[in-house]
Amino acid sequence: MNNSSNISQANLSNHTSLKLTIRQSLIMAYRGLLKVRHTPEQLIDVTLQPILFTLMFGYLFGGAISGNVHNYLPIIIPGILVQSILTGAITIGVQLREDMEKGVFDRFKSLPIARIAPLAGALLADTIRYAMVTILTFATGYIMGYRPETGIVGILAVSALVIAFAWCVSWIFALAGVVGRSAASVQGISMMILFPLTFLSNAYVPVNTLPTALKWFANVNPVSHLVTAIREIINHGVITHDFWLSVIGGIVILCIFAPLTVSAYRKKV
Amino acid sequence: MHQILSMTKNPLLAVEVGGLVKHFGDNRAVDGIDLKIPTGCIYGVLGPNGAGKTTAIRILSTLMNPDKGYAKIFGHDIEKEAHIVRQLIGLTGQYASVDEKLSANENLYVFSRLLGLSRHDARKKTAELLEEFGLTEAAKRPLSKFSGGMRRRLDLAASLISKPPLIFLDEPTTGLDPRTRIQMWNTIRNLVSDGSTVVLTTQYLDEADQLADYIAVIDRGKVIANGTPSQLKASVGAAALELKLKNTADEEKAKQVIQSLLMVEGHLSGEGVLTAPLSDPELITDVLLALRNNNIQLSEVSVKTPTLDEVFLAITGHETTQSDITNQYSVSVNNN
Repeated sequence: MNNSSNISQANLSNHTSLKLTIRQSLIMAYRGLLKVRHTPEQLIDVTLQPILFTLMFGYLFGGAISGNVHNYLPIIIPGILVQSILTGAITIGVQLREDMEKGVFDRFKSLPIARIAPLAGALLADTIRYAMVTILTFATGYIMGYRPETGIVGILAVSALVIAFAWCVSWIFALAGVVGRSAASVQGISMMILFPLTFLSNAYVPVNTLPTALKWFANVNPVSHLVTAIREIINHGVITHDFWLSVIGGIVILCIFAPLTVSAYRKKV
Repeated sequence: MHQILSMTKNPLLAVEVGGLVKHFGDNRAVDGIDLKIPTGCIYGVLGPNGAGKTTAIRILSTLMNPDKGYAKIFGHDIEKEAHIVRQLIGLTGQYASVDEKLSANENLYVFSRLLGLSRHDARKKTAELLEEFGLTEAAKRPLSKFSGGMRRRLDLAASLISKPPLIFLDEPTTGLDPRTRIQMWNTIRNLVSDGSTVVLTTQYLDEADQLADYIAVIDRGKVIANGTPSQLKASVGAAALELKLKNTADEEKAKQVIQSLLMVEGHLSGEGVLTAPLSDPELITDVLLALRNNNIQLSEVSVKTPTLDEVFLAITGHETTQSDITNQYSVSVNNN
């Protein structure tokens, strides 16, 4: 060791530039990926679930709803995709809660890094999880005989849409993670948000079979619009108002929950 | 050293604290602390659990804001210039502040990258620090297989990546075995010889005595004494004489003997057990002879180095508060 310090006078600023913030967020995302490498079991929800749900719901409801499995696939695959990806999104809250209880967060707080970097990094790392859901859902669908009309272009387009939407929604669960008292309570709260949002939609069954009140909710539910938008893009190659509604829905969620999460997080950090 | 001094507003004081207060509900964890810590020393903050040591360190390292008062690190305000302060400090928390799910290697690499090192430099720095702290062999092992001592070493290594001029160590040896503890002491001494200032908290008087140039004793959120270790020990006595009386009825008489010979007041620590600070071991003979002459019978005699309890008794006249009693202070002190 010698007496020189790695800190030079030029670096001694009271702010973090945007460039550094992005850099530090990417490094935090890298940390998230390293964690996945050490504990691959945390990928169970984004690997087994899409495979299992696609097989199960496909063969279970196919005959009842669409006459046969083959006709049901264009309806159920987009539904499962959205359901699985949103289930994958709730992990962010539980992980943030667990992280923030650990000693390592004290170090992050005492480092001269952007306050937002640990949060942004965790959200970025989740993109990998969403990509896995997308790939596995379409792969299982393909094995069951699903051949979307728009082919690979349609798959890539809807993947981008659904991942972007999940990224917006994950801020809701991130907020639950930041303000929740324990990992278990965060899990509970997130499930309570997730279940009505995904099941009370047109993801599995046609909305016109539902009682009035549920029908109303399913029709305004942004998840329904997203599922419809995906079905129309991938099966018919058309972009309808549902696409725009789900984009707007995602942006609204982002605009409400990202600032809330960040401010709650800053108060805790 | 010159480089470190040139970038600081106040090169002489590493830490300056005035009227610092932090409440948690009704609990005044920090209750008006004033401190001046000169650059280049090891400063020991000595106190029992719950005295406010950790809270004070957390405020100084920008993890939380104080309710009242101010604190400056090399002249930079911890609230207004928090980001600058973070560039000047390293923190090793009471519970290892490293990533449990990553290996030692990955921990140091990620922290190095966050501190702005390039990929190449971060790898080099990681290898250097692993080597220096004797962790090279364990570098790729998961942290769950690490011993307490290894974890602390890794934690300290992570605090040294940017070679900060000020390092906070919160109870760096609590829970370590004696051998690892001495290793840790040597590491801490080396830090100061490199020009850094170290602020460490401890519950152990001997640790503060071994390491610190200056000690502040804190209790119930207040600094109750400060000075060099020798000044502090002089007020307590280098050692304590403990007498166990056969007959508890002799307590008062024995106290008088101690008062007249040792010029200090003995206090009762348990049934028929008298403890008194002992500045000169030669005086033991006199005390024992006087007790014999007064027909006071003893069942046990021992000389002990003073515990934190005795320091507290000497300074404040009260024992460390109830919640502070830990295993090492299993001898409870009754100060009726």
